[in-house]
Amino acid sequence: MRWGTFKNTVREKYLFRRRALLSLVIIFLLSAVLGVRLYYLQIVEHKTYTTLSDKNRVQVEPIPPTRGLIYDRNGVLLAENRPVFSVTIVPELVKNMDKTLARLSKIIKLSPDDEERFRRHLKEYRRPYEPVTLRYNLTEEEIAKLAVHRYDLPGVDVGAELVRYYPYGSTTVSALGYVGRINEKELKTADPVNYAGTHYIGKLGVEKFYENILHGTVGYQNVETNARGRIMRVLERHDPIPGKNIELTIDLRLETLAHKIMAGQRGAVVAIDPNNGDILAMVSSPSYDPNQFVTGIDYDTYKKLRSSPDLPLFNRALRGQYPPGSTVKPFMAIAGLDTGTITPAFRMFDPGFYQLSVGGRKYHDWKRWGHGWVNLHSAIEESCDTYFYHLADKMGVDDMDKYLSMFGFGQNTALDVDEAQQGLLPSRAWKRAVKREPWYPGDSLNMGIGQGYMLVTPLQLATATAVLAARGTWHQPHLLKQVMDGTPVADVLPKQTMSNIHLRSRSEWVSVVGGMEAVMNGPHGTARRVGRGSPFQLAGKSGTAQVVGLPQDNHYDEKEKALRLRDHALFIMFAPAEKPKIAVAVIVENAGSGSGAAAPVAKQIVDAWIQGFPADKDIKPVQDVDEGDR
Amino acid sequence: MIGRDYLRHMPSGHDDLGQRRGWLVRLHLDPLLLILMLILIVGGLFVLYSGSDGSIQTVEKQVVRFGLAFVVMFVFAQLDPSVYRRWSPWLFGVGTLALIAVLVAGVGAKGAQRWLQLPGIPRFQPSEFMKLAVPMMLAWYLSRQPLPPGFKAIATALIILGVPTALIVKQPDLGTALLIASAGIFVLFFAGISWKLVGSFFGLAGLAAPLMWFFVMRDYQKQRILTLLDPSSDPLGAGWNIIQSKTAIGSGGLFGKGWMQGTQSHLDFLPESHTDFIVAVLAEEFGFVGVMLLLSVYLMIIGRCLYIATHAQDSYSRLLAGSLTLTFFIYVFVNIGMVSGILPIVGVPLPLISYGGTSAVTLLAGFGILMSIHTHRRMLVS
Repeated sequence: MRWGTFKNTVREKYLFRRRALLSLVIIFLLSAVLGVRLYYLQIVEHKTYTTLSDKNRVQVEPIPPTRGLIYDRNGVLLAENRPVFSVTIVPELVKNMDKTLARLSKIIKLSPDDEERFRRHLKEYRRPYEPVTLRYNLTEEEIAKLAVHRYDLPGVDVGAELVRYYPYGSTTVSALGYVGRINEKELKTADPVNYAGTHYIGKLGVEKFYENILHGTVGYQNVETNARGRIMRVLERHDPIPGKNIELTIDLRLETLAHKIMAGQRGAVVAIDPNNGDILAMVSSPSYDPNQFVTGIDYDTYKKLRSSPDLPLFNRALRGQYPPGSTVKPFMAIAGLDTGTITPAFRMFDPGFYQLSVGGRKYHDWKRWGHGWVNLHSAIEESCDTYFYHLADKMGVDDMDKYLSMFGFGQNTALDVDEAQQGLLPSRAWKRAVKREPWYPGDSLNMGIGQGYMLVTPLQLATATAVLAARGTWHQPHLLKQVMDGTPVADVLPKQTMSNIHLRSRSEWVSVVGGMEAVMNGPHGTARRVGRGSPFQLAGKSGTAQVVGLPQDNHYDEKEKALRLRDHALFIMFAPAEKPKIAVAVIVENAGSGSGAAAPVAKQIVDAWIQGFPADKDIKPVQDVDEGDR
Repeated sequence: MIGRDYLRHMPSGHDDLGQRRGWLVRLHLDPLLLILMLILIVGGLFVLYSGSDGSIQTVEKQVVRFGLAFVVMFVFAQLDPSVYRRWSPWLFGVGTLALIAVLVAGVGAKGAQRWLQLPGIPRFQPSEFMKLAVPMMLAWYLSRQPLPPGFKAIATALIILGVPTALIVKQPDLGTALLIASAGIFVLFFAGISWKLVGSFFGLAGLAAPLMWFFVMRDYQKQRILTLLDPSSDPLGAGWNIIQSKTAIGSGGLFGKGWMQGTQSHLDFLPESHTDFIVAVLAEEFGFVGVMLLLSVYLMIIGRCLYIATHAQDSYSRLLAGSLTLTFFIYVFVNIGMVSGILPIVGVPLPLISYGGTSAVTLLAGFGILMSIHTHRRMLVS
């Protein structure tokens, strides 16, 4: 306080009194506002609200939108909505639930599963008077029977609902995924208003990734119901906006062909158009029928799928992680050329093994007596391990890591395939962090021929092959071709993150692709038997991945165990070599040799795409081939 | 000592100071206030029982919570008002630091950081603490100035008020920030700022509203206001609450449907029926008469509090008591206003009745301070 000013306490006290009185007046005025408002609601409008609350319950009913359809690249319908009749119960209108269920079970067939699921849904949150479904897929006869008994069963009703149906079932599931009944956890993360009437949500694959586009916007209607909950009339209706239809890059014919070729085998086929990144086929074998998951799979069927040793629910195309084997060699060759570690002219003698130092451990070639004098071209053609041991030894892990990651290894580069695994691209830092060991030169040698720590998924392998085919131009793989209402794909698809690979000279691509062509048609090419007589140039590379061990809890007998310890067969291919239209990666588990078992698969896919699809009788399923080259 | 009122200036020797002091007063409790509060709380428990659909556990928890809050109130009533005055700046300082800490290292949910978790003490909400500390600080500052305050004093007070308010807006917790800002404005109002300033303040507020709309408010907050103007625009989402609570209140009529007979709340049409929307349950089951009774008990409590404020013996106590009283009324007004559909939906509970923890403790602590002010007056024996 400044000097010379004084507090006049008496004056302050009276000042406060005046203000307190004033605030009391304001408080009374505001309370009067509340009083008037309540008088208006409770006395003046009492009748209106009583009507609302009591006599005729006016309810807001959500109307779920129709889910968008999914087509393949040729306009074939892959996912549609079919009306399914089901019996529903409004729990508020049922006096004795046990009695009602007992009566119903005499009229229609009810399994214990249906009843259990119904009771579970009863406990979950729902709007008052919202019906709960007891059983789906009623037959005509059951609908008729229920109609007869309708009047002794208050609260029970037959409802029609559009349910997702996949006409090609197991053929398309690895790309499409499926929808299933929305669960409480999903209900919490989804927009509660927009999903107010929706019972299904995308659980996997495209159905999950494009949920926002496919779902649509909820509509609602105000309905007047009588005391039994039956709708008397619709007062007001706002139509829902149906979900958008989408077209995928998948070609159903190619998917079907791949499934037929892979019948009875465990493995995966992924085909990509190197010119734009369209995923043409993405197949995992064996597969399963997604339709049984839509309205809820029963426990026994699910258990059978879960416990099958062939793991049908496991999407190998995206989530299977395998050592790439020799299919990694073309990418290693690019790295070697661009870092200047080797030149196309460089020659070395392969005695059948490689040593880090004179007298040290021998790293063996797959060919016991060696390939003799080899250069880059023949090293790729014959898949010479010794040459790539030498290359990996001289180049070192850091450059291998750098170049392989430029091809998308060790990351998920697919734009709209969320579930894809990242594989494993080892590096010094990775080994120190995970294995708590330094990187040894021997680790580099193993990595040079695609064994050791490195793991890739079939999708990654196909992607890298497509980038190689496009001579370093990146088109990240994706499944969405277009949104049918004209929304630009760029608005929906995530942005591309990979940048094109610029090598020091374009001749490096020529050298490596030349080697891959020789694999298919050279005098010593590992897949020359498959490539023979092709009217257009093929480029490929075989691979064979060693199976290191079986899961601890395996239940296999001796014969089965021996089978499951056999090598995985891999093959990558693109064609025509000069102007590629398709790039393919194939993995057949425990099938032995890459050029023997996997190459014919890739060849049939490529032939079908470029020359036309074969008749059923001309399809050659995979044959286990043990002998032959890598 | 500068800034402190002298007892000998006290002109009112004729009020209740000379009366016999009961045992409650010796315990520093105010009998009238206590009785009114108990009427509300006990009545509220019956409504809560109905609103929670006959859950005795909910009622038991509420009883335990109020028991605890009463202990806090009792402790607060024992301290002399001069203690509060001396501690005001320190409490305010600590509270402001805690608010900063919340922004840096707070925990919370749904995109808002409101809680502070310090090792060794249970986690707490600094903004709740500031509901008391802010009016205390302003009362402390203004009571040291000659009143009505000059321009400089008002400017300083606004800065003191602005800092914690801005910090709470940033959490973001617009509802609490507005409550705390109004608690501070009430102190200024009672300190006697001129009508010109009060007028221009409202003018500024009118100007600030559109600015807030565009720069401060988040989408969900805007949605609430839009929903208030037209509940049918979003009948499945936020509008559902307003439509259902209006239906509950309106269908109650003059005398209501009877205790435990409300169809709106018992058939689960009414959301939050035991927390923020509990007054709709009361209105549905006890009618217009019931709500008017509730409102009159609230007004009696407020009247008693204002009486305590006007009879306080120094500026600090007067300003603090006045501000706490008006803030209490704001709670009542905003809650009933939002449930009956004349104010947007903000998370303000109905004081002394809604189910819920932290705010009940703060509220009763405030009543403790009021009782302390009233029962620690120096007596002049006539």
